[in-house]
Amino acid sequence: MVEVTLWGSLGAAAGGKNKVEIEAKDIRELFRKLAEQYPGIEPLIDRGIAVAIDGTIYRDTWSKELPKGSEIFLLPRLAGG
Amino acid sequence: MNFDPRYSTRNFASVGTRPIRPDGVDKVTGRARYGADFNMAGQLVGRVLRSPHAHATIRKIDTSKAEKLPGVKAVITAADLPDLTDGDAAMYDILDNCMARTKALYDGHAVAAVAAVDVRTARQALKLIEVDYELLPHVTDVDEAMKHSAPLINDAIFTEGLEEKPVKPSNVTKRSQFGHGDVHQGFGHADFIVERSFKTEQTHQGYIEPHACVASVSSDGTADLWVCTQGHFVYRQHCAQLLGMEASKLRVTSSEIGGGFGGKTHVWAEPVALALSRKAGRPVKLVMTRDEVFRASGPTSATSIDVKIGARKDGTITAAEATLRYSCGPYPGSWAEIGAMTAFACYRLENVKTVGYEVLVNRPKTAAYRAPSAPMAAFAVESAVDELAKEIGMDPVDFRIKNAAQEGTRSSYGPVYGPIGIGPTLEAVKNHPHMKAPLGKNQGRGMACGFWFNFGGQTCTDLNIGMDGSVSLAVGTVDVGGSRASLSLVAAEELGIAYEQVKAIVADTSSLGYNDMTDGSRGTFSSSMATISAARNAIKILRERAAQMWDIAVDDVVWEQGHAVAKGEKHGNLGKLSLKEIAAASGTTGGPIAGHSELVADGAGVSFATHICDIEVDPETGATRVLRYTVVQDAGKAVHPTYVEGQYQGGAAQGIGWALNEEYIYGKDGRLQNPGFLDYRIPVCSDLPMIDTQILEIPNPNHPYGVRGVGETSIVPPLAAIANAVSNAAGVRMAHIPMSPPRILAAIEAERAG
Repeated sequence: MVEVTLWGSLGAAAGGKNKVEIEAKDIRELFRKLAEQYPGIEPLIDRGIAVAIDGTIYRDTWSKELPKGSEIFLLPRLAGG
Repeated sequence: MNFDPRYSTRNFASVGTRPIRPDGVDKVTGRARYGADFNMAGQLVGRVLRSPHAHATIRKIDTSKAEKLPGVKAVITAADLPDLTDGDAAMYDILDNCMARTKALYDGHAVAAVAAVDVRTARQALKLIEVDYELLPHVTDVDEAMKHSAPLINDAIFTEGLEEKPVKPSNVTKRSQFGHGDVHQGFGHADFIVERSFKTEQTHQGYIEPHACVASVSSDGTADLWVCTQGHFVYRQHCAQLLGMEASKLRVTSSEIGGGFGGKTHVWAEPVALALSRKAGRPVKLVMTRDEVFRASGPTSATSIDVKIGARKDGTITAAEATLRYSCGPYPGSWAEIGAMTAFACYRLENVKTVGYEVLVNRPKTAAYRAPSAPMAAFAVESAVDELAKEIGMDPVDFRIKNAAQEGTRSSYGPVYGPIGIGPTLEAVKNHPHMKAPLGKNQGRGMACGFWFNFGGQTCTDLNIGMDGSVSLAVGTVDVGGSRASLSLVAAEELGIAYEQVKAIVADTSSLGYNDMTDGSRGTFSSSMATISAARNAIKILRERAAQMWDIAVDDVVWEQGHAVAKGEKHGNLGKLSLKEIAAASGTTGGPIAGHSELVADGAGVSFATHICDIEVDPETGATRVLRYTVVQDAGKAVHPTYVEGQYQGGAAQGIGWALNEEYIYGKDGRLQNPGFLDYRIPVCSDLPMIDTQILEIPNPNHPYGVRGVGETSIVPPLAAIANAVSNAAGVRMAHIPMSPPRILAAIEAERAG
């Protein structure tokens, strides 16, 4: 079980929660279970979400494992210049 | 991906050296081919008709007279670019921005286009197109657009991110919030509080090369696009989707690029050129004029920002809060959201809250500009930080050092930081001779910090070893800042050969797997990771071939300094085999030798910079002169230090222009008043001192060499550093960017008047 912190807009899509607990081994499973449990999040996942694992931001490596006890933060997928 | 990207210390032979740039001779002799330098047999000239109105319903477009003009081969409107976006709202906005459908949403919005045999005919044809507009009220100012009384730009948009679902449409498309702790409580513990509002005007990336492309659609449904872009693979995806083509049938080749800075991450003219070519049955060349570049392509947001920061007498910040309003043009974006994330990212804060509002206005669709949204937020925050240091009576550098984020700090946007470089950049600035140099009359010094995330992304690279032992490196990220030289150095480093043996090219979309946009400072970070991976794959094959040549087990062969070396007592009499010798024998040992890599380069590592600036202000005219400028930034590992310094200097130069002069000026009619470099003043060489740089190297743990992106962070601190310098020189706090002479003079006179 990992504790996942959601940024503001994502929290609104999860029924106002800013933290959720999910049983997930990697980012792919995390997204799948989030979408199952909070259907409002699915369009945001489709639009793009970045995952910070212990401070390092991952945008596309959905196979990245979520180590037990790590800090998981979901962030908007941002544009660069 | 079977590649370990983790950093490990090593001694470098090639990386960190400064060889001559491989594209230098072509660029200084004019041989380099940019977007407009490509031509195809029988090509037509494309031209776009643009709305002169800021906001208008398009009732009817009559193209019949233009179509009858001799020499006109195609005329298109939105009807020729039907909506194939299948509910993808972001793609629909791109489509509508390329060619207005029901409404013209800003001065310069494309409404029709022609392809003709020459420029004169194309221009004549545009004049013959009759557009029946119904004018609508418009709004171009970000604060005005938020008012309930403002003209509504899109009545289908309701503000996202509010606790209660809104019942009325709004120009505010989204509210976002970040932070932690309790700012109300934090301000209660403060001995000093600074609270101030700031504005920044809209600026353009100002790339010297306008958008240009040549499109050729064949009757068999295949197509070629030659284009100046930061991401030809993304352009292929977007153009294919908008035109209903299979991506594999559209080959996109990126030209040399005369600057992008985020402004060439977005299609504007390319789908139009392809649609014209499809209709005309001939290639079409479409080059934007500078007027079109300003009116219709990628400006950054205009902003309005409120900042409040409180601190104790000892200099500890107790709370920080900001409300950020960013213009998006007429389509939704996430620009304020990025500003809200970056605003306080340099600091260790117990209580912080930022709120961003995305605001629609009748201006061109906002595009990324080098660390998009961060410079404006840094301007507001770093100005307030400076003012607070002054109120407390602390040195501005010491105040920042006391509150700087460090490894283990919870960032203001959420996650906890790993190893970061803000502290070291501040310490370097504190000890820099620039900080101790004397100042004269009417001169002021300012400093400021800046943060940017940096990104990686999907990356594909091929490394081919020729039979003569030379190495071709094909990459899919565009060389926007010297990456061909850097990646050649990386290939040479891994293979253990000379830099001169490697030639890097940017491959077209049919020759290489998909690559994400070259943005987010990712070019060298991502493609160097893929190059290392590809080189290691090639080394594996080189070892196998050497083993064959020696008739020994491959496990007994290692790769050392560009040679296969046989290990073990029984191979003691075998000499080394060079890469060249193995390549020469490749025809009989299994054929060509190559290394390939496809990976997602994640974990780019955040970046920080601190800048120092000296300014002289003429109190009679408000004119300014930049006397001295210093950039200190963490590069992780500088692969080619000269290019890294160039990125630092380029970002600072653009920031100086943004801070002092650059500004979109709209008339009451909603039309852009200064769409040209005569009236939109970017800095030229004579405006700038030599920009001094200091590279810090705090390795990124998620890259084998420790590389971090360096292309964007350098534009984040200048607005604030210069504002602090001007404020110190003029004796009045400047809160509106650009600090043009009239604005400085007005501030000085207002201060004198009390």
